[in-house]
Amino acid sequence: MSNDGEPAKDPLIDETQAEQRRSAAARLFDIRRVIGGLFVAYGVIVTLIGVFDSGAEIDKAEGVRINLWAGLAMLAFGLLMLLWQWLRPAEPPAPNEQQPGG
Amino acid sequence: MDGDGLRLNMNGLDYLILALYFVTVLGVGFAARRAIRTSVDFFLSGRSLPAWVTGLAFVSANLGALEIIGMAANGAQYGVMTVHYYWIGAVPAMVFLGIVMMPFYYGSKVRSVPEYLRLRFNRPTHLLNALSFAVAQVLIAGVNLYALALVMQALLGWPLWTAIVVGAAIVLAYITIGGLSGAIYNEVLQFFVILAGLIPVTVIGLVKVGGWNGLMDAVADTKLGEAGLHAWQDTGSTANPLGAHWIGIVFGLGFVLSFGYWTTNFAEVQRALSAKNMSAARRTPIIAAYPKLFIPLVTVIPGLVALVTVKGLGAESGDLQYNNAIPLLMRDLLPNGVLGVAVTGLLASFMAGMAANVSGFNTVFTYDIWQAYVRRDRSDEYYLRVGRWATVAAVVIGIGTAFIAAGFSNIMNYIQALFSVFNAPLFATFIIGMFWKRMTALAGFWSLLLGTLVSLSLYLLYKGGVIHFNSDLEESFWGAGLAFVTAVVVAAIITPLTAPKRDEELRGLVYGIGGVDLKGDVLAGDAVWYRSPVLLGVIAVALAALFYIPVF
Repeated sequence: MSNDGEPAKDPLIDETQAEQRRSAAARLFDIRRVIGGLFVAYGVIVTLIGVFDSGAEIDKAEGVRINLWAGLAMLAFGLLMLLWQWLRPAEPPAPNEQQPGG
Repeated sequence: MDGDGLRLNMNGLDYLILALYFVTVLGVGFAARRAIRTSVDFFLSGRSLPAWVTGLAFVSANLGALEIIGMAANGAQYGVMTVHYYWIGAVPAMVFLGIVMMPFYYGSKVRSVPEYLRLRFNRPTHLLNALSFAVAQVLIAGVNLYALALVMQALLGWPLWTAIVVGAAIVLAYITIGGLSGAIYNEVLQFFVILAGLIPVTVIGLVKVGGWNGLMDAVADTKLGEAGLHAWQDTGSTANPLGAHWIGIVFGLGFVLSFGYWTTNFAEVQRALSAKNMSAARRTPIIAAYPKLFIPLVTVIPGLVALVTVKGLGAESGDLQYNNAIPLLMRDLLPNGVLGVAVTGLLASFMAGMAANVSGFNTVFTYDIWQAYVRRDRSDEYYLRVGRWATVAAVVIGIGTAFIAAGFSNIMNYIQALFSVFNAPLFATFIIGMFWKRMTALAGFWSLLLGTLVSLSLYLLYKGGVIHFNSDLEESFWGAGLAFVTAVVVAAIITPLTAPKRDEELRGLVYGIGGVDLKGDVLAGDAVWYRSPVLLGVIAVALAALFYIPVF
């Protein structure tokens, strides 16, 4: 009956597995777009704050223009995420090919 | 109200950054909703996610507030020895989970960790574990929520009650609506936001103390002294900051506690079960091991910087407790702008921790308690609904347990004790059951029960003053070790006296019986060498060993 590739059977698990065919998981969006978007926004805001930082702010951060650097780093990171998504878009998962059962 | 000394000087732009984050988190929850039609979509993201997403969610689920605040506090209190929690206390176990155990979890298609126990042993073992897991999760969710509220109160001046309700409402919204996909996607986002918040603190902190060498020199002059700079050197005895012998570190922390936590804690394993195929599931904890290797840079180093720069750090109560190491540095070093990002990162980490507890709870409650013992044979839509209500219940109970947590003075030690009581015997039962096919169902039940009871008794005897240990930490090392040994001995005694399960029932669940297919659902791209779980795992462990060299 069961061939070598089949694990032990359980009714509760099989029920859920059967529902897998109706899964809507393929409609899930790509998280890289959200990460990229949020970090680009953060990057722009913080970089602008950094450009207009006064001496007091720079002194507080031990003389480092931290807002400027952190802002630019976040901007670059956000753009990289968007670029990654643009270059390697997620391939939609193939519609459930049910494995030939035993 | 006290705590005004920690109040951060947040301006409108900082609040804009925080608000943007909250809006994004809720947006992710709503956007994930359209991908939910079945219970598997809700509880396991339809088993569809790529490995880098599940891997980052795996590490993020552990990057809760307790972890970040707690490990920075440990860094200030115990020095460099804190890295043991990462390099020996996490990475080997994560790699082991991916290479050795994941084929059984993912291959058997179980929907939760307790469910594995039902298939491998019997229903009583399953019920015992499902109930103890559910209870532990809502307790820990409460602790996370309370810690979140404390920080919001201290840093932003929000009333405790408001902070608890706002935090809970956001987590509730994105998990009830977006299910595990909502939780996991937000965890990935949180991972990056947490880092964006911690890196500036670390960088400016290091600039302030004169770089790495300056930090080392300065730490040698503090109350920790030279001993605070070495991870292994003084571990031949217990005369070191951590008060732990190397045997305790290697076997107690590195083996029993760490393997118990990482390999059997469903709040973690659930992330891997949502991966799209076997290869991605196995890579999940291993990909997570790489960020884990580097996280001490942004927790332990700020802890040491705080020790050096904040006068009087280490007070028993008030603003100068070790737990405030990172908030104090944020107050002293960050100008508006990055300050907003850092506060957002801190709040993100609290929500990540709580979301992991809640999404673990709703799955176990629905599949392992409700479906298995209360209402069987209902439609999938019914269980999906139960899951949503279980989420609401978990968050509401979490608000209640948050007020219980408020009654404990040292939360971190309470959590460690919980882990030694619940996770160590569970791991022993798992590891024997996975590798010894003769182990019987009855042996599984008694191993788990007696192991838990032994560890619990030791904890109570220690608390009652009957048995003495050098520190709470030493107690949890010993409690975990003893629970493990008990479970092994009980299994060895009961197994020969009871009837084994038939081989066909154990297919895909136990080593050496077959039924595990490592390549069946493999995608073309997964065959390349740099996606080999074994190779990636070996490199991670080797790096962990190498990282010890400069701080030996």
